[in-house]
Amino acid sequence: MSSTTSANTAASASETASKAPQGIRKAVVVGGNRIPFARAGGAYAHASNKDMLTAALDGLVARFGLQDESIGEVAAGAVLKHSRDFNLTREAVLGSALAPTTPAYDLQQACATGMEAAIGLSNKIKLGQIDSAIAGGVDSASDAPIAVSEGLRTILLDLSRAKSLAEKARVVARIRPRDLSPDAPSTGEPRTGLSMGEHQALTTAQWNITREAQDELALASHKNLAAAYDRHFFDDLVTPYRGLTRDSNLRADSSMEKLARLKPVFGRSLGDAATMTAGNSTPLTDGASTVLLASEEWAQAHELPMLANVVDGEAGAVDFVHGKDGLLMAPAFAVPRLLARNGLALADIDYFEIHEAFAGTVLSTLAAWEDEEFGRTRLGLDGAFGTVDRGRLNINGSSLAAGHPFAATGGRLIATLAKMLSERGQVDGRPARGLISVCAAGGQGVVALLEAR
Amino acid sequence: MAAQRKVRSDKYTELVNAGLGRDLAKRLGLPQPAVLRRWTPGAPLVQGPILVVGHSDGADAVATALLSWGQDVRRHATPKEKVGAVVLVLDELAHPDQLSGPLLEVGAALRDLNRNGRVVSISRQPGAGDAPETAAARNAVDGIMRSLAKELRAGATANGVLLGGGTAVNAPSALSALRFFLSARSAFVDGQFLTASSDGSPATPDWDRPLDARVAVVTGAARGIGAAIARTLARDGAKVIAVDVPAAGDRLAAVANEIHGTALQLDITATEAGARILDHAAQRHGRLDIVVHNAGITRDRLLANMDPARWDSVIAVNIGAQLRMNQAFLASSHFADHPRIISVSSTSGIAGNRGQTNYAASKAGVIGMVRSTAPLLAERGGTVNAVAPGFIETAMTAKIPFATREVARRLNSLQQGGQPEDVAEAIAYFASEASAGVTANILRVCGQNLVGQ
Repeated sequence: MSSTTSANTAASASETASKAPQGIRKAVVVGGNRIPFARAGGAYAHASNKDMLTAALDGLVARFGLQDESIGEVAAGAVLKHSRDFNLTREAVLGSALAPTTPAYDLQQACATGMEAAIGLSNKIKLGQIDSAIAGGVDSASDAPIAVSEGLRTILLDLSRAKSLAEKARVVARIRPRDLSPDAPSTGEPRTGLSMGEHQALTTAQWNITREAQDELALASHKNLAAAYDRHFFDDLVTPYRGLTRDSNLRADSSMEKLARLKPVFGRSLGDAATMTAGNSTPLTDGASTVLLASEEWAQAHELPMLANVVDGEAGAVDFVHGKDGLLMAPAFAVPRLLARNGLALADIDYFEIHEAFAGTVLSTLAAWEDEEFGRTRLGLDGAFGTVDRGRLNINGSSLAAGHPFAATGGRLIATLAKMLSERGQVDGRPARGLISVCAAGGQGVVALLEAR
Repeated sequence: MAAQRKVRSDKYTELVNAGLGRDLAKRLGLPQPAVLRRWTPGAPLVQGPILVVGHSDGADAVATALLSWGQDVRRHATPKEKVGAVVLVLDELAHPDQLSGPLLEVGAALRDLNRNGRVVSISRQPGAGDAPETAAARNAVDGIMRSLAKELRAGATANGVLLGGGTAVNAPSALSALRFFLSARSAFVDGQFLTASSDGSPATPDWDRPLDARVAVVTGAARGIGAAIARTLARDGAKVIAVDVPAAGDRLAAVANEIHGTALQLDITATEAGARILDHAAQRHGRLDIVVHNAGITRDRLLANMDPARWDSVIAVNIGAQLRMNQAFLASSHFADHPRIISVSSTSGIAGNRGQTNYAASKAGVIGMVRSTAPLLAERGGTVNAVAPGFIETAMTAKIPFATREVARRLNSLQQGGQPEDVAEAIAYFASEASAGVTANILRVCGQNLVGQ
């Protein structure tokens, strides 16, 4: 296979990896592919999750010449999923140009699905269980499943068990008009009944994040993403799909004036304090993304590039149900743990990719990290955790501009960051470092650390 | 998996090749285009014996070579016996008086020529140093073959091999040109000449996979002629890097996956386009052997109505990009193992076309570039050639209004439009190892269009 032995790998392992279990090898990001993200009801209104994930896989296969290749394992998922898609990822693999001998599994951790897929697969590569992997995610808010009401569902199941005609007639007679209204998925939290936006509105207000600061972040996201497209940054990260060549939510001509004209849509109970608009919140989006991961040996044997190492990952959760923390604040705790484990501080990170579920989410997280009391009482530090250099934050745009097909965002972030790190190379004689932070429903969050090759 | 796609004739050609339609066309004296025979791996070179006409040592050498290819060779016509091809060897021609003997022998054999038959001449290229009677005789061959091509029917073609300088009549380069003209690969090449300016490589090629293990890049590969070129090069054994603009990425990925190649989304007018192709080729394959400049655009407008955007974009894509990329390739150590460059020109660049001053400028420019680049490539054992397609049946020509299209496709000796595969076959011929010694040629693939040379 290659000249790199496990002994060499161990010898060259950086200081940061020395705390990891003995004998593990590196997992690298080879590259990625996604389809342009589309606002719900738009270009992909009639594309299924399977269609989109297959397209994203096929684009990845074409980019890296993986036709008929048996990949170690493919893991992906969707947040909004039809029950018939129980084997969504495996079905997408079978429909793709990959070898049919490629195993696959579905997983789901809300908006962190893609992140968790990549971290889990990287760990398998590090342990030598697999040599190559594809992590991905897909979501369609347009083609969302609609279920029958809980009442009708119970009746239908009873009907299928009824034996005699009389018994069947008795079961059918139980149907009431209210049972006939369908049950569509919502972004409401089951335990609070509040939508994600309403939850964030409370957090945004708690951290005194201004409307202007949120609009500025949204504007930067659009400007940065447009500039990245214009300088062909996404030429080897995105493959067009169904007539779309760029993310349809991108507004290159957005301005503070245009954003300021939008009315608040979340936190309206706060009255004049409401700040969250459709401009500084992500829209419902359709899309899919994939990331090719590999051991160094596999990438070398296949003459493929190695953009970045997947150094480490961390998941976290907060008690939002009892109001102790905001729904989307888990990364505020997970990142300090991840960096501490790797002996790093915020100042040691060259690029931050903080998922923009809402501008308020990013800004609340940054505010918490800069807050001395939060640092002392919640993070157990001597003072504030630190400051994120805004010049290093989401410099090629993020979800406010690109859109956010829930499970697909992780793959977008990992591939984008890996390419940025590869282009940056070394910083002060050490590999450039990047941090990804993704918040998720259920008060969760998954964060990861990458470094340039 | 490079599946052979069925080549479809146009509806009129189908109509006049069977039953009532055939009889009717005959009675009315309507054009009767033949269904052309196209190359498939393993099919016989020609359909029937090959008659070699000529009494020189060169004629004997050609007959010997044909025998070594397993062909059924005749040195004299057998009355009433059908032949698949006639090879006319005139390498010792010194005076026009010497033409009548061999030509009348060819004429007598024509009535026994099979459908899709071939007549191929081999003669010396006339030059300024020739005695006047020798030059007259050698140049007479040009008029003979172009006229004979117009005389032949039923899919038969007439083409010639010109021996430049001291090229031997049985040199590898001359024999490979002869083989191309005899084969179904040259189905839509008629009334044309290929010049073998030196003997070329003595290696015995694998005629079924002549591009085995060679690394090729094809620009504009997402559709039409470019996709056909990518498929044909892959069928002949090449590893293909398929390039097209990012906006065509989904079609490009489909082509790459079909032929087990890689997709490289790239704007070829970008300054670093050549470097990006070289990087990709070096990373994935360690080398680049074959460059096919196929990408091109039309922005038709009478010169009186021309605007800068139309003029400049056509020049930038069709010739500017090729010039800039060639500079990068020629400066690279990865493009050094008897490399090949093949550019797609156009009959518009030779004969001109109303409303296409910009396009014709670019395509005639390609011809100038090819001629002056040849010495630069010769230094590293490489060649550069161009093909000039005439009316080819593509999605682009399908948009031409019916009447105009119907006239355009009949205005050639084969009375039909060519297929993208016909252009691709000519390019694959130039790309092969056996075509060393064939450089600075402009080969028309036009069924001997009535306009131009």
